[in-house]
Amino acid sequence: MPLDSNIDPATHKFNLVGTRPLRPDGVDKVTGRAKFGADANAPGMLVGKILRSPHPHARIRSINTAKAAKLPGVKAIVTAADFKEGKRALRDVLCNVMARGKALYDGHAVAAVAATSASVARKALKLIQVDYEILPHVTDVDEAMKPGAPLLHDDMITAHVDPAPKKPSNVAARCEFGHGDPEVGFKQADVVIERSFRTEATHQGYIEPHACLASMGMDGQGELWVCTQGHYMVRNTCAALLGMDVSKLRVTASEIGGGFGGKTTVFIEPVALALSRKAGKPVKIVMSREEVFRASGPTSSSSMDVKIGVTKAGRITGALAEIRMQGGAFAGAPVELGAMSAFACYDLEHVKSVGWDVVTNRPKQAAYRAPGAPMVAFAVESVLDELARKIGMDPIELRLKNAAKEGTQSSYGPKYNRIGLRQCLEATRNHPHYTAPLGPNEGRGVAAGFWFNFGGQTCVSLNINIDGTVALAVGTPDIGGSRASMCMIAAEELGIPYDKVRAIVADTSSLGYNDISEGSRVTFSTGLATIQAARDAIGKLCARAAKTWGISPEAVVWENGHAKPSSPNAGDFAPLSLADIAKKAGNTGGPIAGHFEVNADGAGVSFAIHLADAAVDPETGRVQIKRYTVIQDAGKAVHPSYVEGQFQGGAVQGIGWALNEEYVYGKDGRLQNAGFLDYRIPVASDLPMIDTVIVEVPNPGHPYGVRGVGETSIVPPLAAIANAVSAAADVRLTELPMSPPRVLKAIDGKAAGKARR
Amino acid sequence: MSTVRVSTTINGDAVAYLCEVDETLLDVLRDRLGLTGSKEGCSTGDCGACSVMLDGRVVCSCLVLGAEAEGRDIRTVEGLAAGDKLHPLQEKFLEFAALQCGVCTPGFLVAAKALLDRNPDPSETEIRFALAGNLCRCTGYDKIVRAVQSAAAELRKG
Amino acid sequence: MRYEAPTTINAAVKLLAGKAGQARVLAGGTDLLVQMRTDRVAPDLIVDVKRIPAMRAIAAKSGGFRIGAAVSGAELGANKALRKAWPGVVEAANLIGSTQIQSRATLAGNLCNASPAADSVPALVAAGASAAVAGPRGKRTVPVESIAVGPGKTSLKKGEIVEAIILPKRAPRSGDAYLRFIPRTEMDIAVVGAGVNLTLDSKGVCTAARVALGAVAERVILVPEAAAALVGTKVDAAALKRLAAAASAACRPIDDKRGTKEFRIKVAGVLARRAAETALKRAGGSK
Repeated sequence: MPLDSNIDPATHKFNLVGTRPLRPDGVDKVTGRAKFGADANAPGMLVGKILRSPHPHARIRSINTAKAAKLPGVKAIVTAADFKEGKRALRDVLCNVMARGKALYDGHAVAAVAATSASVARKALKLIQVDYEILPHVTDVDEAMKPGAPLLHDDMITAHVDPAPKKPSNVAARCEFGHGDPEVGFKQADVVIERSFRTEATHQGYIEPHACLASMGMDGQGELWVCTQGHYMVRNTCAALLGMDVSKLRVTASEIGGGFGGKTTVFIEPVALALSRKAGKPVKIVMSREEVFRASGPTSSSSMDVKIGVTKAGRITGALAEIRMQGGAFAGAPVELGAMSAFACYDLEHVKSVGWDVVTNRPKQAAYRAPGAPMVAFAVESVLDELARKIGMDPIELRLKNAAKEGTQSSYGPKYNRIGLRQCLEATRNHPHYTAPLGPNEGRGVAAGFWFNFGGQTCVSLNINIDGTVALAVGTPDIGGSRASMCMIAAEELGIPYDKVRAIVADTSSLGYNDISEGSRVTFSTGLATIQAARDAIGKLCARAAKTWGISPEAVVWENGHAKPSSPNAGDFAPLSLADIAKKAGNTGGPIAGHFEVNADGAGVSFAIHLADAAVDPETGRVQIKRYTVIQDAGKAVHPSYVEGQFQGGAVQGIGWALNEEYVYGKDGRLQNAGFLDYRIPVASDLPMIDTVIVEVPNPGHPYGVRGVGETSIVPPLAAIANAVSAAADVRLTELPMSPPRVLKAIDGKAAGKARR
Repeated sequence: MSTVRVSTTINGDAVAYLCEVDETLLDVLRDRLGLTGSKEGCSTGDCGACSVMLDGRVVCSCLVLGAEAEGRDIRTVEGLAAGDKLHPLQEKFLEFAALQCGVCTPGFLVAAKALLDRNPDPSETEIRFALAGNLCRCTGYDKIVRAVQSAAAELRKG
Repeated sequence: MRYEAPTTINAAVKLLAGKAGQARVLAGGTDLLVQMRTDRVAPDLIVDVKRIPAMRAIAAKSGGFRIGAAVSGAELGANKALRKAWPGVVEAANLIGSTQIQSRATLAGNLCNASPAADSVPALVAAGASAAVAGPRGKRTVPVESIAVGPGKTSLKKGEIVEAIILPKRAPRSGDAYLRFIPRTEMDIAVVGAGVNLTLDSKGVCTAARVALGAVAERVILVPEAAAALVGTKVDAAALKRLAAAASAACRPIDDKRGTKEFRIKVAGVLARRAAETALKRAGGSK
């Protein structure tokens, strides 16, 4: 088999891919044996705790740690002074990890202690005296953009604006995407609708708080155990912040209790290492839930204007979006991805999206599942729904008439390769849910969503063991069952049973660099690397067989887990199984291993359509989701159960975002709801079953046709539910969350309007 | 802070420990006894990841003082399987892919067992309300509910 | 910090009265432990009352019930006689938190935590329940609505403890109900709560009613005007409309992270009406 061969996933008969074996990490996780971030301990370990600013914006005049240092049991205290201000690229990361000069949000770390027990550490924090000069603050994106708004950084000059502004502001950058001229398009339209939308920040809400265990030796070598989506990122960042050689820090990724993008940066890890270095002992830091909400990344809040024009025949003639996102105290709101994705579902002649990245006195945002896309889809898909109604067209028909397809010039630049949007739309239209009867006060909404999917740097090592089993080392933390799918892929290629392959997430010193598990890249990139590493191993296995038989390696083929002579001409030898070859490896040239390193390209974009039925209580404004269906293109589903799980999980996070989740700030700039009681993520009784349809339109960029599936599923729900609420109660909600007070106000406002007329 | 000496039973075994008054049962299980199967997701009783059985009722161990456990009977996720045989709930969670990250799983298993002990044939709605105190952010609950339904059917067969 | 688990009420009172500094009663602990964890209280003494047998029992009393202060929500829900007589009180108590919380949370704790949004309190107030209080100067029995005086504040004196909640005998042709509004279906604090208890005569005319509202003022409030809207009527649509208006008019809520003033005022009326409809059904009336 040539090493670069791609099979045709549409017709190929897979042995394992597409089946549903049990996950290899499953038994550990149902018995309590699995070790998560907070589950590791070390002899002599200290407890680290972090002091956080109660002020949203304050100059730090001084920090006095003398009293705390004298408390028995306190072994180390660190502040910003303990970290070197290094390269500019890392300055924001460093300032977020430990405030320098100013505290920029409620919850910003200002100092940390390591002590012999949690109670001593807590007591010590109370003894640290911080002298704050309180400054005016701003937490709202539109307020922060106004001239005269409290300024967070006096050197922030808006990037990508020509000519460059002379004065600093809270606007970090502008971006623009599109082609044609929307104004020309609007002139060709029969109906043009323009609406403004707002969405509040939401948190990833992983159940496992950030946790790590750091141990620095006196020889300057360190080890770190941490729950993260990217341990190589943690290693490189921490090494830079602590002034260490990368090789001297070994990071092991624990089991991770949810991330959704929120564990793609560092918060406590450099602090734990600095404390450990100072104390000469291991230090464990575990965030409290309150700290998770106040100080780790939520996503951005947004304010958006969207204008779309259509003809009566349902052709979109022009589309324009202006998107403002605040990303907390530092630049980096995902507005660029939001602006790029805004109209990515559609084949448009005149389209433009403009984005503004704004800073405010809130925690620095972190990636959250399809960062930037859900809020923008909420705006765009809501306007499309309104347009469909206005021209009397079925909403799926309207989307089909404008759907992007292979060869479409996307609104963000590239031309699409093979994509599955049309197939998803058709599957939705044919789904029984679409035509099922509705109950009283119920409405149905539909919305589309898009996500890019990432590739990136990936490295895999596949070792053939002496007994014919396989040890697979990957470097992408398993955030959604990837060890199962990697075992399946390796076994598929090698032609051996699934349970003969054991996958681990290797530590940073055991395997080459891997990018973070993000961007729905793991099944695509690590899967691709696993296929190629297996093929590399097969090449070597065939060579060993050739050596045993005394024939040319080219005359050996690999079939169903066996090396065979390629034809009778090559020789008459009984096939050798992988186990046969492995057993004799010591005599035929030593250990056998396959490797692959790649900066993977060709991650196929993916699309989803969501159908939501919502019931609205007209007297209280309460919205209940009655039925929900996710239809999404997976390219090729390696393990369908976990693909469905991604569809369902994303949909439910979107339901939470749509209905109840929000960051609530008081006038004092403090977060009012830093806990699961008042930050209301969906509970089991809030939901119906989430039906799924896996559409498979193979990605030409992957040997099996795999597309990422993790993120697209959170993009459509916000709009799908808003559209369902609109259908149920005849009110158009343009602000998220659609909490009961907001929905009731809209219903009552409409009734009052009617009464006046 | 005064220290309390406690004798109790955990997963059928007699256990004695010392703890500070303000330490929770969860702190004791995880930090003093090495039973890290019970997870701390919030420490305010809102997520259910620390669920354990206390004298036959499911509780959040973060809302129980270690000192309260004197003479009680405590069951944790570590005691769910019988020797090397998984409990049907554990098997069904695996079969139905009812876990993704797995950090909420121990709490769900303990709470689901508490439900099925009292109600061997719960409706979907009863399952959803009984498990509303257990947050899962990965699955959207669909596969968890199905796993519990299937385990209930299996257990009814006896 | 000291932990004590006395086995008699007298011993508990003695501990609570004797200690200088802050002493706190630990019943279910579902509020106390959260307050300790979040640094809102740091008691010098914790008195666990769960080892006092009388506090763990539900006893019949004068045709009604005496519910020990350490009886959990789950135990209330499992008591068939209580559920039959006071379904509104039991459903209110069972709405507090999750299954896990139900294993621990108590009526007395819910009352003494003195939250204006306490779920069981409007139902208890509507039911005409009283609290049996034990203290260093002896025992007294007071209406439950006199316990909370403001958010987190009670009328209990140093050393006093609520030892039981007393529910009166259920009158013939009467029924109660409690409803709350929360954004989710579980796990939230009430944005508004409404408890209604009403009695009918043989012709189906309402002869007595009590209506109480939660989360619309600094403490749970009894709303006589709302009750008056029902008395003398067959609890028909017009009476229910007047009830809703009176309930809304009695609200003096705040805007907070859980809801707006405007929302609470309107929904208080809606819930009072819906609760009255259920109470009516339970009283054997038709609707």
